[in-house]
Amino acid sequence: MAFLELSGLTKNFQSQRAVDGLSLSLERGEVLALLGPSGSGKTTTLRLLAGFESPDAGTVVLDGRDMTALAPVARRFGMVFQHYALFPHLDVGANVAFGLESRGVKGAELARRVDEALTLVDLAGFERRPVANLSGGQQQRVALARALAPEPSVLLLDEPLSNLDPALRERTRRELRALVHRLGITAVVVTHEQEDAFDLGDRIALLRQGRLEQLGTADELYATPATAFVAAFIGRASEVPATILSDREARVESFTWPIRWGGPGAPVSGAPGRLLARPEGLRLADAAPSRLAGTVTGRRFTGAVAYFSVETASGLSFEIAGNPAAAREGETVGIEASGAGLHLYPAAG
Amino acid sequence: MTKRRAGWLGWLLVAVLVWLVAYPLALVLVEGVRGSAGWTLDEVRRFAGRSTEWQALWATLWLSTASVVLAGAIGVPLAFLFERVDFPGRKLLGTLVALPAVLPPLVGVVAFLFLYGETGFIGRFVQYLFGLENPPWRLAGPGAILLVHAYSMYVYFYLFCRAALSRLDGAMLEAASALGAGRWRTLVHVILPHLRPAIAGAALLTFMTSLASFSAPYIFGGGYRVMTTQIVFTRLNGDDRLAMVETAALMLLALAAMALFRRADPGGSLAGVGKGTAPSLARAGSARARAGIAAASWLLAVILLLPHLTLLLVSFVPVGTWTTEPWPPEFSPGNYAALFAEPERFRPLVNSLWMASVATAAAVGIALAAGSLVVRRRVSARRLIEGLLGLPWAVPGTVFAIALAALFSVYSPLTLRTVLVGTVWILPLAYLIRNLPITGRSVLAGFRQLDPALEEAAASLGAGRMRTLRRIVLPGLAPALVAGATLAFVTSLGDFVTSIMLYTYDTRPISLEILGSLRQGDMGVAAAYGVLLMIASAMVFALGSRGEARP
Repeated sequence: MAFLELSGLTKNFQSQRAVDGLSLSLERGEVLALLGPSGSGKTTTLRLLAGFESPDAGTVVLDGRDMTALAPVARRFGMVFQHYALFPHLDVGANVAFGLESRGVKGAELARRVDEALTLVDLAGFERRPVANLSGGQQQRVALARALAPEPSVLLLDEPLSNLDPALRERTRRELRALVHRLGITAVVVTHEQEDAFDLGDRIALLRQGRLEQLGTADELYATPATAFVAAFIGRASEVPATILSDREARVESFTWPIRWGGPGAPVSGAPGRLLARPEGLRLADAAPSRLAGTVTGRRFTGAVAYFSVETASGLSFEIAGNPAAAREGETVGIEASGAGLHLYPAAG
Repeated sequence: MTKRRAGWLGWLLVAVLVWLVAYPLALVLVEGVRGSAGWTLDEVRRFAGRSTEWQALWATLWLSTASVVLAGAIGVPLAFLFERVDFPGRKLLGTLVALPAVLPPLVGVVAFLFLYGETGFIGRFVQYLFGLENPPWRLAGPGAILLVHAYSMYVYFYLFCRAALSRLDGAMLEAASALGAGRWRTLVHVILPHLRPAIAGAALLTFMTSLASFSAPYIFGGGYRVMTTQIVFTRLNGDDRLAMVETAALMLLALAAMALFRRADPGGSLAGVGKGTAPSLARAGSARARAGIAAASWLLAVILLLPHLTLLLVSFVPVGTWTTEPWPPEFSPGNYAALFAEPERFRPLVNSLWMASVATAAAVGIALAAGSLVVRRRVSARRLIEGLLGLPWAVPGTVFAIALAALFSVYSPLTLRTVLVGTVWILPLAYLIRNLPITGRSVLAGFRQLDPALEEAAASLGAGRMRTLRRIVLPGLAPALVAGATLAFVTSLGDFVTSIMLYTYDTRPISLEILGSLRQGDMGVAAAYGVLLMIASAMVFALGSRGEARP
């Protein structure tokens, strides 16, 4: 049986359904990333887990024990808040000690465990600093130390990296990942950034409008997106209309391209489809009658690879990865499909 | 606490507030049209038929309007001078200019009397200088009232506009000049629209304060009546039912003014949309110009400080020693000694202290309950609670005094009335109600600024409700709580307008003792009490500005 089990969680705000029959399970020590656009219900799910909201339906079960009706105080879940919610009138040490004191830890034991928690996040000796004087990254680590100090059974993190600038963000993400894995703690991370989810989560739950769109590892989500929404949300993809031919082929304009059928159900030959093409699934080639032709309208250089924007005469636009020297702006090129990274779904009906 | 229980508590609070705030006011409206033989409009007709009533209404209205214009004309330019122009002594002078705010209404009036009155320093000096037989002027009538209003109320414009100017985004001014706008265009199209909410707020505050003003018209008005003094004199004549109609008229005037202001300026600030930069100060052109501005500012500060200094000086003049000389012949701390040594003189101090403390503690308690229910629990009655808490602000103190006197002069448990008039409890109750807007506003603002995630964080760290309240909520609210409570406390400590209607000899507060001392010619004692109130106000003021300075 799973360590942490959410079943059929549903939460309405006024007439809005924020979470809609969501079921998820985590093994002990697993890190799950809740990913999704804003309004997808990921933060509400986390708050249902923490007990700050109570579900209209469904249960939260931890290690065989039903927690659904328990107040946040009784759950022993650690939480890192989006804006950290450090107590501004307490210093670093008192912030970290707060949860331990709630559990009756006192005296030398308290000091030792505060020191331990701060050492864990590389802030040993910061006990007497006022929290207002810390940098954003340090505040984030104090928030983490505070949540970890009482040794919670589950760690909940709400957008833990969203307040950091890009350079710091990447380093902090690496450190957070290393720490969480070293401690072997079961954790749920809410994020709207795909990179954070990929890096931190052992598995990723992609949410949309309160429902689970797909659950899997980062590789699975990228390589075999279950829906057009997943294909579009994870990684980059150009979307164009196509005609379904089989589970291996589709027609784009008058050209037949190899594809991966994404479902749902079996492909209906001749039916309209949505093709989501990854930049690396297409190649630039010389213009030829056997290839779809287009004009290069832009080029985004990133170093080893460049991304070319190509527009066809009929108005389809593609983003294609290639050698930076492959084409110049204004040039007419042929587009070739390589097969991998072209995901076909039935047109929304 | 469950949502349901919070909802019930919300309605319970509404019931308490209705009883304390709305019920007395409703009673005023009813009593005016109810005679011994049932409903009647006799008193209303009598009111409408008396030209003195119309004169008093008119006087109230035009004095309030003129006060707004005068106070604005002084306060707004001063705000520009001290916020936008750099000259030596700017910081210190900028603080001194706000000092009229530390004079409670009656104390300010007394100080003006000692300074500009016919036997005041300036009058005596002029009389001595030119060898006049009689004092050169009398400080009386509408001119005197306006002078006091302008002096004490320009501070609202000054402080509000300075605060708004300091929040002005410097990049916005730079953008205006980069877009080719000259000084004038920038002022009219960028700065003034930004100041509009501040000016509207100060105008409303000045208007409502003038409308409710009692001390200045009472001391300087003489035969010149405004509504507040008219009500008191009508009551003194024993014409209680006519006083009730007058009270209703003043209340309706105040509420109408409030509604009118709200319509003209529905609020909403023009906060900058970006992060912005601090605006740079304009340096006054030449060194000579800077010295000129500095000298003029120092002169202004001295003039503004004269009332305070006068009060201090007079408080050291022994009773009966100063007769016709332009300068008091001797000084001694005797008045202060008398104040603490003579039980009869000491009593009002004790009265005011305990009554203000009880009223403030109760108002803070109600405000905390309201804050938690309105901001945190978001109970369905939240708008009503906020409205009731703010209502006493819109209603002049005289009106509330009359209303409470009416409500609590009859024993009738069925209509929730009992006799409190003549007991020690009526004044603390009146102070409590008058304190509700001050404590309510600051505590609610404190709750709104307190990140709800802090309480959630405490809960997730295993802290129960009491521990969260004690360790997280109260410390977080402390600045707002202290600001609201101390302001409420000094307001009650110096209250004159409600006290004069409701006090008994045993509960006479400081303000009544000041009035009594003046009447007996004990200027020194009156001044000594005034100085004590002034110091208490100054301490609160300093505390408040320190609170604002914190990040």
